[in-house]
Amino acid sequence: MTTLLILAVLVLGLMAVLRLSRVYELTATLRGKREEMISDRDNRMNARLMWLFPFFYFGFFIWLTLHYKDKLLPVAASEHGEWLDRMYDINWAILLAAFFLTNTLLFYFSGKYYFRKDRWAYYYPHNNKWELAWTIVPSVVLIGIIIYGLTVWNRITTAAVPGTPEVELYGKQFDWTARYPGKDGRLGATDFRLINDNNPLGIVTPASIATRLEELKAEEEAGGKQLAEEHDYLPPDRKHELEEHIAHIRRVRSRILNLRTLMEQDIAAKKAAGQESQYSFGADDIVVKEFHLPVGQDVELLIRSRDIIHSAYLPHMRAQMNAVPGMTTRMHLKPTITTDSMRLVTKNPAFDFILLCNKICGASHYNMQMALVVEPEGAYRAWLAQQKGFQTAEAATPAAAPSDSTKTTASADTNATAAVNEPKTH
Amino acid sequence: MGSVAHAPEAVHGHAHADHHHHEESFVSKYIFSQDHKMISKQFLITAIIMAWVAVVMSIIFRLQLAWPGEGFSFTHFFLGDKWAPKGVLNPNMYLALVTIHGTIMVFFVLTGGLSGTFSNLLIPFQVGARDMASGFINMLSYWAFFLASVLMISSLFVEGGPASAGWTVYPPLSALPQAIPGSGTGMTLWLASMAVFIASSLMGGLNYVVTVLNLRTKGMKMTRLPLTIWAFFVTAVLGVLSFPVLLSAALLLLLDRTLGTSFYLSEIHIGGEALDHVGGSPILFQHLFWFLGHPEVYIVLLPALGITSEVISTNARKPIFGYRAMIGSILAIGFLSFIVWGHHMFITGMNPFLGSVFVFTTLLIAIPSAVKAFNYITTLWRGNIVFTPAMLFSIGLVATFIAGGLTGIILADSALDIVVHDTYFVVAHFHIVMGMSAIFGMFAGIYHWFPRMYGRMMNNKLGYAHFWITFVCAFGVFFPMHYIGLAGAPRRYYSYSEFPMFDGVVDLNVLITFFAIIGGSAQLLFTYNFFHSIWRGQKAVQNPWRSNTLEWTAPVEHLHGNWPGAIPTVHRWPYDYSKPGKPEDFVPQTTPLDDGEEEH
Repeated sequence: MTTLLILAVLVLGLMAVLRLSRVYELTATLRGKREEMISDRDNRMNARLMWLFPFFYFGFFIWLTLHYKDKLLPVAASEHGEWLDRMYDINWAILLAAFFLTNTLLFYFSGKYYFRKDRWAYYYPHNNKWELAWTIVPSVVLIGIIIYGLTVWNRITTAAVPGTPEVELYGKQFDWTARYPGKDGRLGATDFRLINDNNPLGIVTPASIATRLEELKAEEEAGGKQLAEEHDYLPPDRKHELEEHIAHIRRVRSRILNLRTLMEQDIAAKKAAGQESQYSFGADDIVVKEFHLPVGQDVELLIRSRDIIHSAYLPHMRAQMNAVPGMTTRMHLKPTITTDSMRLVTKNPAFDFILLCNKICGASHYNMQMALVVEPEGAYRAWLAQQKGFQTAEAATPAAAPSDSTKTTASADTNATAAVNEPKTH
Repeated sequence: MGSVAHAPEAVHGHAHADHHHHEESFVSKYIFSQDHKMISKQFLITAIIMAWVAVVMSIIFRLQLAWPGEGFSFTHFFLGDKWAPKGVLNPNMYLALVTIHGTIMVFFVLTGGLSGTFSNLLIPFQVGARDMASGFINMLSYWAFFLASVLMISSLFVEGGPASAGWTVYPPLSALPQAIPGSGTGMTLWLASMAVFIASSLMGGLNYVVTVLNLRTKGMKMTRLPLTIWAFFVTAVLGVLSFPVLLSAALLLLLDRTLGTSFYLSEIHIGGEALDHVGGSPILFQHLFWFLGHPEVYIVLLPALGITSEVISTNARKPIFGYRAMIGSILAIGFLSFIVWGHHMFITGMNPFLGSVFVFTTLLIAIPSAVKAFNYITTLWRGNIVFTPAMLFSIGLVATFIAGGLTGIILADSALDIVVHDTYFVVAHFHIVMGMSAIFGMFAGIYHWFPRMYGRMMNNKLGYAHFWITFVCAFGVFFPMHYIGLAGAPRRYYSYSEFPMFDGVVDLNVLITFFAIIGGSAQLLFTYNFFHSIWRGQKAVQNPWRSNTLEWTAPVEHLHGNWPGAIPTVHRWPYDYSKPGKPEDFVPQTTPLDDGEEEH
């Protein structure tokens, strides 16, 4: 209702202005006034407004700053965040000086030198000294800014020290999942084709491969059955769709079979060399919809996406990295303030560090978030100890296919590894 | 095609201008015109219509941002029950609106509209040519632009809604209809529209480049060109070099969408299904997109700066300060704009060292930009400023260029960018430096050259009201967005009510929306003034602003071939305003140098 009123007032106001302008135009024509001859009055009025405008402009700026400075992001809660906050302060000081200087000159000159008939402008086409000055001064300042900026950037992006604990953040429409390594301290390999309800991240283990193959086989059979039974009355486009679907399942299956071969070979080879395969780390991984980090410890975040590009944005940590399907991106950070301390600092008992999505990702992009709990080492360990390993979750599902049949298919498919792209039928 | 430009030469021996052009039919004069003046008007009016579409869109999503989840009859009127049940904006439509608002403003208003209008109008007039090098290609350029506009508008009416992946249309979001409904037919139309738009832009750009290089009149050395022409020329070169890259990016995206290729897609599990695509990279698209996308910023900005240089100098009655430095800075900005695109991608997981290189090149652009700002300010110093509406908008441009340029230094610095990347801080930055500056330049151009285009004057009083309301509202809308961004609020969010952490700043959204409604309404003043003046404005004199450049030496009436007699010869640079020892405070370029007079 208020909006309607506002709109009505606006429209009426506009109509009034238009009528007035028409009246003005008619009288101006009667008086023989020419539009291109800007009157002294108009020049003076605009010159005055040029002097008045900075009061609005700077005033608005100062009011916004004073009124909102405590409502912006609170103090940085990570080590590199502190460097960035300092860097912001220094950059703002330089930029604000330039802002006030140039705007003051601009509006001061604009208001001062308005047209007067009795004088001419000062013919001053160029002055090399001045031009050199305002090429060199900004250059020097900018080189300072660049050096400072790149120094901080290099410190932030230096690769994490080997042995830094890893945590995975996994984005999909429209939520985040975190993955922590189990007792082995390593994250297992993943493959997007193994994703199902029980394995949202597609972690590769012999069990998850077997389950997924069974599922796909069932899906393929169901499709084939439907095609055979309804062959005569399915509309052609639906039939084509179904055939495509079955072919797609076969392609996925054949690639999972290849993966299984690779996995088995790798496990065997690593075993012979007395090492552990990347495929044997997955079973004890912890997959959770919660995000905890220990305070005072550098952690490397591995960031992945299931579907489209998301961005893992932790504004309080001054950290952000895109989650790109098909690749793993990394950033490492050391939280310096726990959630509890931050609640005291901000005097807000409901305060939470938030991980949010900062890359447009669809209808619910605006609500893709997860709280981050930063806690002391002990509490963090305790929380981690309560979490179940991925394999435990896996074991809860119906048992995988009998090991005998898996073995046979495996050996039969070994030859297929060479022809990875050929869909395989059974 | 060259014959088109020379045809009037053959007949200019006739004594009367009226005999020059044979009678033209309505169709060849107003619709399929090959005359640069008519084509420029066609571009301008198409752009004004497109701009209104984009402005209405922005009001709709501003209402949602200020009062999330509330119903508005305004929203319902435009979107109906499907996209705005009970007047509440649908989240998918919200994303579609911001996408199409951005696309229209960047490409159709500030690229096609700005360059199309003023390059077409001014290049032949100011270099002293009868018309563009190829009038026919010029006509095709407009009609391709028109077709692209129709395709883009038609995408608003398809089943799944228009493209919704943001104006940057990053895949996989833009490639997969499963991810967002707008990535279906709407996205296909978006790509088709852009392909046609790029064709239009290339035809226009080639024409501009050739005309500036080959059709300058006698005496018009490159160092006597008005800065408008320098700006349009470099803009056209940038467009010709970078738009084809966007075209190829769009074609590859089209292949990924239709033929199952995997240029941009890899290892995607969506809609409960693992897709077949493997081996592509979504980041590749971003590189290709921003290889156009960053020069595009200057394709939008440079013409506005060129117009400003001309308008400020004319109305300050004072030569533009540092003419050669201004040319140098245009060239430097043009060159650098090609090697900075990675600053849009600091947090994509790009190699940090590569990021450092882009930080360096990007911050270098601040140097020629600073030179330009200081030169404008010095031009005003001890000037004799005539406050035409065009002059006001030019001064406004300098102000927005400073405000937006400075925040660019924050965003170009990769370390600082981590914190504000993709937040409202970015929205504030580019709307001020690219949106407002360019649109102010466009308004300055319209007010200044309206008499040249339509032979009539626009109303100054309405112009003043238009400027001051727009100027205040521009800052009222975009300045507070910096604070929302510094609070960490991401852009392209349908609502902030899911995040208590933004509660402190969301009230700014109400303030912004009020300014947006007032500022948007102020454009009605302009639109009325524009269309009213076309038919009812005061008749213009030949050189209303007492300007030096060649377009004001041609008669007010539009002739095919521009000048009734021979093309004037140029004897001096265009900025001899208030030159000591001259009878008047301006000396047209056609005035020969006095004995012993130095050019400048």
